[in-house]
Amino acid sequence: MTLQAENISKRYFRKTGAANYFYAVQPVSLTLEPGTVTVLMGRSGSGKTTLLHMLAGLLPPTEGQVRLGDRLLYTLGDAALSRLRNERLGVIPQGRSAVDTLTVLENVLLPGQLYGRAADAGEAQAWLDALGIGALRDARPGELSGGELRRMAIARALSQHPDVILADEPTGDLDDENTALALSALRGAAHDHGQAVFLVTHEADALRYADRAFRMDAGRMAEA
Amino acid sequence: MSIFSLSRKNLTRKPGRAAVLTLLIAFLSLAVFGGSVVVLSLRQGLASLEARLGADIIVVPSSAQSKVSFQNMFLQGTTGAFYMDVSSLDRALEVEGVEKAAPQTFLASLKADCCSIKIQVIGIDPAADFTVQPWIARSYSRELGDMDVAVGCKVEAEVGEIIRIYDQRCKVVARLEATGTGLDTAVYCNMDTMRALLAAAEEKGISHKITSDSEDSISAIYIKVQDGYDIDAVNSRLNGHIRKATAVRTRSMITGVSDSLAGISRTVTLLIAAVWALAFIILLLAFVLIIRERTREFAVLRLLGTSRRMLGRMVLLESALCSLLGGVIGIGVAALAVFPFSTLIETSLNLPYLRPALGVILLLAAGTLALAVIIGALASAGAAWRLSRVDPGTALREEN
Ligand SMILES: Nc1ncnc2c1ncn2[C@@H]1O[C@H](COP(=O)(O)OP(=O)(O)OP(=O)(O)O)[C@@H](O)[C@H]1O
Ligand SMILES: [Mg+2]
Repeated sequence: MTLQAENISKRYFRKTGAANYFYAVQPVSLTLEPGTVTVLMGRSGSGKTTLLHMLAGLLPPTEGQVRLGDRLLYTLGDAALSRLRNERLGVIPQGRSAVDTLTVLENVLLPGQLYGRAADAGEAQAWLDALGIGALRDARPGELSGGELRRMAIARALSQHPDVILADEPTGDLDDENTALALSALRGAAHDHGQAVFLVTHEADALRYADRAFRMDAGRMAEA
Repeated sequence: MSIFSLSRKNLTRKPGRAAVLTLLIAFLSLAVFGGSVVVLSLRQGLASLEARLGADIIVVPSSAQSKVSFQNMFLQGTTGAFYMDVSSLDRALEVEGVEKAAPQTFLASLKADCCSIKIQVIGIDPAADFTVQPWIARSYSRELGDMDVAVGCKVEAEVGEIIRIYDQRCKVVARLEATGTGLDTAVYCNMDTMRALLAAAEEKGISHKITSDSEDSISAIYIKVQDGYDIDAVNSRLNGHIRKATAVRTRSMITGVSDSLAGISRTVTLLIAAVWALAFIILLLAFVLIIRERTREFAVLRLLGTSRRMLGRMVLLESALCSLLGGVIGIGVAALAVFPFSTLIETSLNLPYLRPALGVILLLAAGTLALAVIIGALASAGAAWRLSRVDPGTALREEN
């Protein structure tokens, strides 16, 4: 399923010179096709996370629409949008994103179970193994390193079988070897499983995995 | 993973957090339940005292005039020994407005062999009595025969047992229901039995006679005023008509009790309210802090597809489980504190104290539990509502 952003922008209130508002994201249109990896790079504070949140149904844009298939995300009610997020969008957010009271494996299985679907522990374990943290399945997130937590979040998104994976600096805390592991897993999701992958990153390396690449500068996005 | 098992894991795997909430609710429930039981017991005690006095006016010899000592007899079981001539009863019946007049004769026993405490023997006239017999009838359906006694609940004697009072063998035919008053240490018999006991007491050198020419002495006359007559007027007529005796309105004896009862009720109610207000504020604060601590966790759950409604259900469920547990603990501790020490409470308050029926107590416990859950839900709902107004994207940014 294709995720389409149509002229979305995000404006925040903040005193900047004459105006008391500014655009964290200038109006932008973007299409994430199934089976492709789209990479977005850019300086810190340029609006990458804000754009990703809008694409993920987590932050209503000031203007514009986000469309998944034939559904407009931000016209859905909370229950329908939540369910759609659960079934069709896999988000790997910036920073920690574990539920501390669950084990690593339980965290990975959580999205699948929220709406009562049967859990596939075998597949979850396979993703953890593939990302090199299979032995940590019964550990609690509080005991994990930053990089291990990132990989847990990647395994969680991949186990969700979403139509679209939105990853915000998924390799931020990773060494070169693990970065390669994570990026090729995400590329596999796109190329082998037909998912649309959107990747926000600072790694220049990531460009090698990209089908399309964009740069963001002060809220303005352009093809790189 | 259902929301329920997620809630359960949140509680069991972060026990500190759950413990704080549980403890707070436990304190709240303890205050509410314990306080209510004490107040109810006092009310019950007063009602029972009123019922046991059961008369509008009591006439006692002037020698017993201080109504304090008379009141003490009922409240603490302090045995009284005061007598007047039996002719006073006829005099009382002559007074206009007196519907019924029932004599009672008191005898303070020495330590009877049955009892570790001094007991008060009270003789009643079954034909005239209208206050004691309805009470006896609840546990004994026949009239008291000669040398039969009905004992108060604090007298350690079983039905069928023979107890000796001044060496007279008396058969226990009934144990009376608790009243929470001094009457619980009393032993009731008919007037013939009382005569025998008085004679036996006299042999031991305890005199009860007022005048040497009279065979019978009585201690008090319980008066019921005819409908339509003013009790105060009848009271003063009695005072004028019977020599060497004082008529006292029972209401005036009880007002002292009900005044201090009202005072205590007020204090306890105030205390409960204070504990409540405090606990609610602390609870609210605790929830705000907890929710703030969990902002990111909730944002992650939202991101994974948890709806506002599901999240709300989760928070409510967690608070309900804590509240339920806390409520049970609080009620349990209150029960352990209040019930075994009821005698201590009774003597230290110096008021009639009667535990309410089990049904009432259970109802009170259920009410307290419901209250605990509602308060917990309110405190958590406020915080959860605030949280759900924020976009997950914005919440995710907080405290990154
Ligand atoms: N809720 C908000 N209110 C006001 N300003 C905000 C808010 N959220 C983000 N911003 C601002 O929007 C801009 C873009 O933020 P964003 O997090 O999207 O940047 P980013 O490109 O992801 O940066 P980084 O690479 O450091 O993660 C920043 O200047 C930030 O301060
Ligand atoms: Mg960012």
